[in-house]
Amino acid sequence: MPQPDELKARIEASLPGATAEVEDWTGGGDHFRATVAAPQFAGLSRIAQHRLVYGVFGAEIGGPIHALSLTTKIAE
Amino acid sequence: MSDSPIRDAVAGAIAENHTILFLKGTPEAPACGFSARTVAALQALEAPFAAVDVLPDPRIRQELSAISQWPTIPQLFVEGELVGGADIVAEMYETGELSTVLGLEAPEEAPVEAPAAEVEPAAAPLQIENRL
Repeated sequence: MPQPDELKARIEASLPGATAEVEDWTGGGDHFRATVAAPQFAGLSRIAQHRLVYGVFGAEIGGPIHALSLTTKIAE
Repeated sequence: MSDSPIRDAVAGAIAENHTILFLKGTPEAPACGFSARTVAALQALEAPFAAVDVLPDPRIRQELSAISQWPTIPQLFVEGELVGGADIVAEMYETGELSTVLGLEAPEEAPVEAPAAEVEPAAAPLQIENRL
């Protein structure tokens, strides 16, 4: 079962300079909520920003990670 | 045309409907909180939209995500472009961008264009509930 800390570490490893806060939304280990600030988001649409984060997890989204609710911000 | 009738039907539905929402359940009875939130935002703006329930056949979701490169449901498309899922739609609703994207900024003006009804023949694999 994925843990919030694991998700946070993987996002931050994939997007150098990013900071992520991840919480288990329901306590069930499959619905997560994340706020991600990354320098890579600069100049991208929201769709593209979210795709970058979803891309970290590939097919796990919709599988073991049932839902990952995202808020993205451009890191200064 | 691809070799998948379902992919063609999904692509066709996106192309033929100005505003179309793929969701779990129906607008009257969403089967997931994220879908419910997105429906609520569209309804709050009184936006006309077509709706497709992805639950009856898992291939609908599979083909949809292959087309959109977006992993989760719901997915809102306007004029053939993915606007976003539940988070983005909610954020755009709050900032007022959603009504602009939907073309609703001047509701008191000229009548809306004639709805594109008659979306799919009865044998289509998708049930599109047209709310235009």
